[in-house]
Amino acid sequence: MSAKIDDLEIRLLLEAIYHKYDYDFRGYSLASLKRRIAQALTRFKCETISELQNRVLHDKISFTELLNYMTVQVSELFRDPEYFKALREKVVPHLETYPSLKVWIPGCADGEEVYSLIILFREMGLEKRTIFYATDISSDALQRAEAGHYDLDRIPLFTKNHRLSGGTGSLSDYYTAAYGRVIFDRTLRQRVVFSDHSLASDASFAEVQLISCRNTLIYFRRELQDRAIGLFKESLPRNGFLGLGAKESLRFSQHDSDFCDFDQIHRIYRRAGGL
Amino acid sequence: MQGFRIVAIGASAGGVEVVSEILEGLKPTCQVAILLVIHIPSTRNTRLLQLLRSKSRLPVIEVDDKEQIFSSHVYLAPPDYHILVEDEDSLALSSDLPVNYSRPSIDVLFESAADVFGERLIGVVLTGANRDGASGLSKIISARGIGIVQDPEEAHCRVMPEAAIGNSASALVMSRSQIIEFLNERT
Repeated sequence: MSAKIDDLEIRLLLEAIYHKYDYDFRGYSLASLKRRIAQALTRFKCETISELQNRVLHDKISFTELLNYMTVQVSELFRDPEYFKALREKVVPHLETYPSLKVWIPGCADGEEVYSLIILFREMGLEKRTIFYATDISSDALQRAEAGHYDLDRIPLFTKNHRLSGGTGSLSDYYTAAYGRVIFDRTLRQRVVFSDHSLASDASFAEVQLISCRNTLIYFRRELQDRAIGLFKESLPRNGFLGLGAKESLRFSQHDSDFCDFDQIHRIYRRAGGL
Repeated sequence: MQGFRIVAIGASAGGVEVVSEILEGLKPTCQVAILLVIHIPSTRNTRLLQLLRSKSRLPVIEVDDKEQIFSSHVYLAPPDYHILVEDEDSLALSSDLPVNYSRPSIDVLFESAADVFGERLIGVVLTGANRDGASGLSKIISARGIGIVQDPEEAHCRVMPEAAIGNSASALVMSRSQIIEFLNERT
């Protein structure tokens, strides 16, 4: 009984957010959203989701804070090192044949994936011919990504991942540590465009040779996943690469036949046919 | 009463053995889908999958995002992701922060399963050294599902079963052989 009321209240909240603030969460996976909103209820000391709705409709600052709960995403540098190893060993040889490259990291959150790819591209000698598009719906997250600050205690894990991914240099070459944090070298950001973009409501904006979108689509229901993968399809030329998270796959997508497996284990696909 | 559709099982320290035993003991005609969270270091997951496949008479699948739920199948949570029941027919993954220091977390699975399946759900908490599953099991019971806990006396590690019992007075406490018998009778 109460579970059904919760469901109704969440749907109403998402409608309200969409109409008032233009953020479209209506296609997000309800199961995950519920947990995140439950945390926000505690934080805002609201008894019900309707009460929370009332608050965010009338108070933009509360909405911004709620948005952080709804979009929170935690990653690591070189998360799933084998994925990056596969990029290095199998995908880079193809990318090397292009005189100029564009890479898109949708749902970049705090930027861990962005820095991982730039470091990899630098190590493989591709950075200077590449433009990286790092996009997210959260402007707070984009700011954090652009700042490139991470807690010092995460560095041992990042370092280990980097090494396992086949990193050629030492990760410490790319950051300086201060006051319990590390700051990634600003030269890493020279070729990155950080930009607001929604997979739920915006269009494709560039032709890119590689899209790395890992663990963002898991928060979408299947219809919204189809929309996002449709954008990826439009943005990739024939033989362009798409990397997904370790447990994401195209087999439940309507666009399945527009892609071929390139590395099935590491969930790397290539655009079939097409332009 | 409607029949059961889902059995959600959570196990932690020492759980691989008892889970294998349960899967081995289930009759192959059982009509439910089994959802499984086992806390285990991610590096050992491939071997875990092989082991469960060798014991279980039902097919064992490591869950991908939006995996479809079929009866008479076993769905194992992948390392480093929570699994959630999205709707009647599919599962979703999340890489949100660990809950009870665990990812996958039993609570996350149980709570989302209770929301969708209510009284058609059986939750089982087995051996373990933390409190994961306790809050999820009480949610299953308040959604009119059935909550089963492995008898702490026979559990490899009694902390998790005791936490679950402490949180849910109406949980059924059973030995592993009673759990197998119960599941075979009801599913």
